[in-house]
Amino acid sequence: MDLLIQQIFSGLATGSIYASLALALVMIFNSTNHINFAQGEMALISTYFAWTLIALGFPYWAAFPLTIVASFAFGVLVERLLIRSFHNAPHLSLVVVFIGLLLAFNALAGWIWGFLLKEFPSPVRNLNTGTPLIAAHELFVLCVTLGLLAVLYIFFRFTTLGLAMRAAALNPTSARLVGIRVGWMLALGWGLAGALGAVAGMLVAPIVYLDPSMMIGILLYAFASAMLGGLNNPAGAVAGGLIFGVVENLVGTYLIGHELKLTFALIVVIAVLLIRPAGLFGKVIVKRV
Amino acid sequence: MITTNTASRLLTAAALIVGIALPMVLSDFHVFQATQMMVYAIAILGLNLLTGYNGQISLGHGAFYAIGAYAAAILMARFELSYFVALPLAAIICFIVGFLFGLPALKLEGHYLALATFALALAVPQLLKYPAFEHWTGGVQGIFVNKPEAPFGIPLSTDHWLYYFTLAVTLLVFVLASNLLHGRVGRAITAIRDQPVAAEAMGINIALYKATTFGVSALYTGLAGGLSAIVIQFIAPDSFTMFLSIFLLVGLVIGGVGSIPGAFLGAAFIVITPNIASDISKAATGAVYGLLLITFVYLVPNGAWGALTVGWKRLAGMTRRS
Repeated sequence: MDLLIQQIFSGLATGSIYASLALALVMIFNSTNHINFAQGEMALISTYFAWTLIALGFPYWAAFPLTIVASFAFGVLVERLLIRSFHNAPHLSLVVVFIGLLLAFNALAGWIWGFLLKEFPSPVRNLNTGTPLIAAHELFVLCVTLGLLAVLYIFFRFTTLGLAMRAAALNPTSARLVGIRVGWMLALGWGLAGALGAVAGMLVAPIVYLDPSMMIGILLYAFASAMLGGLNNPAGAVAGGLIFGVVENLVGTYLIGHELKLTFALIVVIAVLLIRPAGLFGKVIVKRV
Repeated sequence: MITTNTASRLLTAAALIVGIALPMVLSDFHVFQATQMMVYAIAILGLNLLTGYNGQISLGHGAFYAIGAYAAAILMARFELSYFVALPLAAIICFIVGFLFGLPALKLEGHYLALATFALALAVPQLLKYPAFEHWTGGVQGIFVNKPEAPFGIPLSTDHWLYYFTLAVTLLVFVLASNLLHGRVGRAITAIRDQPVAAEAMGINIALYKATTFGVSALYTGLAGGLSAIVIQFIAPDSFTMFLSIFLLVGLVIGGVGSIPGAFLGAAFIVITPNIASDISKAATGAVYGLLLITFVYLVPNGAWGALTVGWKRLAGMTRRS
């Protein structure tokens, strides 16, 4: 019984990391219908950035927000400088650009920081939760991601800027007519996605160690989570992440072993696409031909 | 005046003569590289059939390459079949797998298909390593294949024999692909890419065509994988990571999406670049590939072959006017 509860908590913790990255994917997909294959590698660069800050002697609690701000700027920059030019390009061109970014960022990380495993600190490594059911870092991950999601919810629900961003995603033409600068709203969306990815990267790095291939698997889990919850529903993506995290952990522990985690994600992706392409909570898109 | 048709025939003949003469002037290592280039050209042609001509984006063709390689290697190493038998069998297996994967993929468009195939590319190496299949796949250790000797006492070294064998296979499959694409079927395949609704209205069975194209595409790429197992004589899961799928995509974009000869240019690019780039840094290949992908989409959307044809036509136009 204890093992089961342990595994559920551990699944919730990793699931909330997937949820952050899935939310980053959904944020970009919702406004532009693009699936950002480079999201994981952008998060990788952010995590290395944080690692460098900490190695330079910054305390964790300074490096953490600094990295988030820098990643936000990085996301905005990528959108403004590159993605904007491909806004109305065919699917294939866009997918190729995203894959190009994936390769380039992955190579950049390897080039600058090398291919050796690096240890990434957790601020709660030496703390004890007082119960064997949940580890300190897992609790920390849960608190940070849930707090972050609350902040995002408040931002989108109660601020003018959040409303403007939602309007730009929902109906760009009308939004432009009421004076919202749609282009900049998309760039802000990319910035937020970059920041979310950075949080996911910094939280997962203490668990899996930092190396240039760290995010590829996480990205696939985030895809599976986002598909499961619905690619066009932010709350759904979060729920999808938590569900996927728990189910993956339980299936891994009790049924198939941890060697087939990626295969499990593949099966989830394909099953969702076949049975319910809109995901559990997504809106069904009807296309006029 | 030379028509396009005669020009392409002349070019094919010239390329073939160069291809036959090449081993006489190259070192053994370069012969091996040329063989590998042809193998990749077949794989890229397979991807091109699906992505370039039929408009279905695949980021997971490395998976079919792996399945072809493992099918050929298992048939040769475990069942002791000759590679003459193992290779076509591996290709047929890949056709079936591709067709079956293509059936559900019919429902998926654009980005969704890219996502599903991306997941496939990530999952396959893990499946190949899985201990339960170790009896067949050799697990992490992989499989060794015997080096094929030239048959009938042909006086050729093994490397040269493999080169000519690959050349013959390449010639065969390229001629077949060219015939397929320039006929009725090819027009149907491209019509589905450009105007699916109109294509359906013209009586094209989209589901059947898309799934079959997926199968044929997997057959080509799997055949290339099988050839690679014979040429390299060793396969292991780590040769078939997600990056293999991406490298095939790089070859496709650099060579030219929707052009048959472009496959050779793309293949040459992905064989030669790592040799040069790895002198600079382990990461240099990825960096070059990534930046070139973006640059090509931006500046040379028809790839190297497209740019060459346009350049040639301009040149021909200029000489005619003067």
